[in-house]
Amino acid sequence: MADQLHGIGVSPGLAAGLAYRVCEPPRLPAPTVVTDADAETARAAVALASVAADLDRRAASARDSTAGEILAAQAMMAADPVLLDMVGARIRDGADAGHALYEALAEFKRQFEAAGGYLAERAADLDDLRDRTIAGWLGLPMPGLPAPGHPYILVARDLAPADTATLDPEQVLALVTEAGGPTSHTAIVARSLGLPAVVRCEGATHIADATPIAVDGTTGRVEVGVDEAAIADTRHREQLRRQQLSRSSGPGRTADGHPVALLANIGSAADLTGPEADAAEGVGLFRTELLYLDRSAAPTLDEQVEAYRAVFEAARGRRVVARTLDAGADKPLAFLNFDDEPNPALGVRGLRLGRRYPDVLRTQLDAIARAAQATGGNAWVMAPMVATAAEAADFVAACRMAGLPTAGVMVEIPAAALRADTIVPAVDFLSIGTNDLSQYTFAADRQCGDLADLLDPWQPALLQLIAACTAAGKAAGKPVSVCGEAAADPALAPVLVGLGVSSLSMSARAIPAVRESLAAHTLADCQRLAQAALAATDAGAAREAVLGTALLGG
Amino acid sequence: MATRIVTVGSASGLHARPAALFVAAAAAQPVAVTIRTANKPPVPAKSMLSVLALGARKGTEVTLEANGDGAEASLDTLADLLVRDLDAEPADG
Repeated sequence: MADQLHGIGVSPGLAAGLAYRVCEPPRLPAPTVVTDADAETARAAVALASVAADLDRRAASARDSTAGEILAAQAMMAADPVLLDMVGARIRDGADAGHALYEALAEFKRQFEAAGGYLAERAADLDDLRDRTIAGWLGLPMPGLPAPGHPYILVARDLAPADTATLDPEQVLALVTEAGGPTSHTAIVARSLGLPAVVRCEGATHIADATPIAVDGTTGRVEVGVDEAAIADTRHREQLRRQQLSRSSGPGRTADGHPVALLANIGSAADLTGPEADAAEGVGLFRTELLYLDRSAAPTLDEQVEAYRAVFEAARGRRVVARTLDAGADKPLAFLNFDDEPNPALGVRGLRLGRRYPDVLRTQLDAIARAAQATGGNAWVMAPMVATAAEAADFVAACRMAGLPTAGVMVEIPAAALRADTIVPAVDFLSIGTNDLSQYTFAADRQCGDLADLLDPWQPALLQLIAACTAAGKAAGKPVSVCGEAAADPALAPVLVGLGVSSLSMSARAIPAVRESLAAHTLADCQRLAQAALAATDAGAAREAVLGTALLGG
Repeated sequence: MATRIVTVGSASGLHARPAALFVAAAAAQPVAVTIRTANKPPVPAKSMLSVLALGARKGTEVTLEANGDGAEASLDTLADLLVRDLDAEPADG
């Protein structure tokens, strides 16, 4: 009989196969007495060289250039002659190779952390390097992704970018992690690769390698020790699900024809290529940051016009909701000065930048207006991090000045949701950014894996704030959309629609599953599910109430 | 002793790709080059970990030093690399 584990389903789909765990980092054994320092140094050199070669290989096969560069930089650290000198000196002082490596890298880690900022974030790379080198020295397998030689289900405590950079979607059937949350790196990677995934699955790391398991990325259920028949059945159901999704097309609507626009989240015109983006009814979130990142000076008006033109042209008349620059001390830009904010998530970011740099926003709005005019694009504009009705009204006035007829604001701050009724009169629409709204509602940092349960988009408190926005929107006759991770969850989509959300924006890949889910529910079903979720005491109960009701109610 | 004092030009500072390009170029020089910032002792320019640990950002002034045949030419090459904005250049190098 199969054992059942439960986690949070964060990327829909079914998978069955043999589970393999990510290799845990080795533990440093007790120190040994070194009699031949030269031979011991040579062993350390061999371990470092093999790790450097391994990282170089992984850099060359990385899926994207950013991940490849991080791995290549890590390879250069392993090959660093100064590191080997430091290790040699410690071995001559009596340490064994493992402890010498450990101490030498700890020394650099202290320096990285003291430098702060970007370098402090890279300190984890040094821990990874230490684990790899010590594994090499001990003759253990490299920590990281397993390679059983056939497709498998990847099980881990949590996945680091270094793991997922080289993750081969042809070899990995599904992801199951014990830590992480709906907005974790694991969840985002799984959705972008279209792999079923369950996070926060307690007991997952106790699954022995090569155990047959079945994973449901919608319900979060993981069955451990399933038999051949169950594996075949799961695969058959997944095949049917995929066939149904590939046939799915057309605008989003409920079973009784209530329209719900299904839109794509994009970062540039390049994200609008491909059949999945073609099927989107428009762009619900155009993140304009890409144009501003990694530059020493602000992009000029002409440069911006060019980039926005490309997006409007690719959208071919469909709606494009552009979010104005969402930067701040947590996403710094070289040409804007940010104070060393002790708490950047609560600092001068998003629309608040306009308090210091009004020209940046003005230029951006002008550029969007010109690009829309030149292309006949259907441009909507919205501001991130709006807290008050006055901020919303000021932003809309600035948009009107620039000649942009459709202006709205994002709801990411609880104050804006609670007072949505005072905000809607001035704006043309609201768009709820559920990731930040969760973070600020639960006072839980999005990056903090230990708090992932609080950041679950099924939290009734979050749903209640969404309901406050839709009630205000309905009273004023203004549309309310959702553009966070919550919109991509096919089980949650009917709940959001039941709450009164009129459009959902997500990565284009997630649209077919959400479209099918909506098509299976009438608007009255959606409203019933929304009430059930709102009435629940916590996120788990809300999910159970909805999935249970959906199964019973068909 | 040949010396160059230059200001880091890359938007992200002497981190990530700019650091990798600089360290690789330093390792390819015929002479041993050191690099230091105002408040830190000189470190070998061919050491990725030491160069990163300097924590040099865009606008930080760094000093390059080398001795021996070819030192001047080597420092010219490396100084030129440091002042450029390597983040803004295509990644085919």
